Amino acid sequence: MYLVRRVVEFSIWDILRNLLLAARWTIVLSLIAFVGGGLVGLGLLVVRTTQMRVLQRAVSIYVSLFQGTPLLMQLFLAYFGLALFGVETSAWTAAAIALTLYSSAFLCEIWHGCVQAIPKGQWEAAQSLALNFLEQLRFIVLPQAARIAVPPTVGFLVQVVKGTALASVIGFVELTKAGTMITNATFKPFVVFTCVGLLYFLICYPISAYARKLEGQLHVYSR
Amino acid sequence: MSTVVDSTTAIDIQGLYKSFGQVRVLNGIDLKIAAGEVIAIIGKSGSGKSTLLRCINGLESFDSGQLFVQGQPLQYHNAKAMRTLRQQVGMIFQSFNLFPHLTVGQNIMLAPTLVQGISAQNAKTRALELLRRVGLAEKIDAFPEQLSGGQQQRVAIARALAMSPSVLLCDEITSALDPELVGEVLAVVESLARDGMTLLMVTHEMGFARKVSDRVIFMHQGRVHEQGAPETLFQYPRTPELVQFLSSLTS
Ligand SMILES: Nc1ncnc2c1ncn2[C@@H]1O[C@H](COP(=O)(O)OP(=O)(O)O)[C@@H](O)[C@H]1O
Ligand SMILES: [Mg+2]
Repeated sequence: MYLVRRVVEFSIWDILRNLLLAARWTIVLSLIAFVGGGLVGLGLLVVRTTQMRVLQRAVSIYVSLFQGTPLLMQLFLAYFGLALFGVETSAWTAAAIALTLYSSAFLCEIWHGCVQAIPKGQWEAAQSLALNFLEQLRFIVLPQAARIAVPPTVGFLVQVVKGTALASVIGFVELTKAGTMITNATFKPFVVFTCVGLLYFLICYPISAYARKLEGQLHVYSR
Repeated sequence: MSTVVDSTTAIDIQGLYKSFGQVRVLNGIDLKIAAGEVIAIIGKSGSGKSTLLRCINGLESFDSGQLFVQGQPLQYHNAKAMRTLRQQVGMIFQSFNLFPHLTVGQNIMLAPTLVQGISAQNAKTRALELLRRVGLAEKIDAFPEQLSGGQQQRVAIARALAMSPSVLLCDEITSALDPELVGEVLAVVESLARDGMTLLMVTHEMGFARKVSDRVIFMHQGRVHEQGAPETLFQYPRTPELVQFLSSLTS
């Protein structure tokens, strides 16, 4: 995680090696956001889809709150804010909490839109066949919603990968931060940030590619 | 019909009221339907026909009154009671509402395996049997979008039958079909009627209502305005509203 500012000659290989090391954190932070945000987001989605008004409202407020404030501020609050209340958080915990909450709010909103796009008749047919709420959701509505959810979900995940750069404010030397630091040491901003861009692309491209494949598979109702 | 041996009451509705906001849609419905009876419900658009059917399987709640299916009171807020009730009351929709992500076979097998705990093997055997009955056995692995409207609706009927319901609710099930496909669906419904299924069907097919039903119910402004055997009701309507409704159909 540490790059000491030394005046030494950095070869391209040195630059790339340091950036690759930093890219690990970008990947790990992204994975935390995907998995944590996905799980919490799914839970929120289920709550929001039930007919319980109070809970629906609570989820709506949660979503607005995390969508309506900058991720940067959420990271700050998770790290420094909790400390004010005497809760010691490591940078890891703070980043994990903030990224999870932030992603869950967006994913919940995206998926909720997809669930709402499923015609009412699908719910009613499932209800008429005596399926209970969770069965209606799991076997009828979510599989159909998943198909239309792929493109916006991937769009958001790619944003998250880039958004992890903000975690540098609480001390993470991830890809962007490392790029800045190496630039300061080498005075080769063009080379460094070309490499940074390339690495972001290498992380994001497989996500988009997998999404296209997944969408293709989910799209085919007839085989 | 003649095959009916069981003369118990299938559905008993007493003083049913239902409003959507300020609009009263069901305005005191009293209705008793015997097991095996075939009922055609007719009436102007907006007279509450769909709402009545939807109350019977709990897709819609009602404000006051009582509704019994096979002697059991409908308890809208009791999930367990509704699950039991809905296994006895099948519903077929105007827009088919097949599950597009599942094959025809899966559409039919899903509820019996999930709700009734029937093994996949038995469910499949039964699905094939039902598909044969509606003339679509060869379509078991097809997806709904590969079928014509008439075929989709027949699959929807098979899907409802897979739960072995004692009552079937049909809400304008041929209204979304091209005219040349109406016949194949009505033929299936007719065979069900002959086999003694209790049927409540909202329909605009007066010829069919006349031919198949035991009783025709004319709804007007949320009430059962007039009812009777099809021959008498169509030939000798007693209320001016029914006269007007029937003449509006022929013009
Ligand atoms: N979910 C609903 N919300 C508000 N009004 C409704 C709803 N469903 C039906 N209605 C109204 O109730 C009345 C009766 O509707 P419906 O039972 O569908 O009549 P029909 O099937 O005889 O045409 C109509 O005026 C309709 O606009
Ligand atoms: Mg209607």
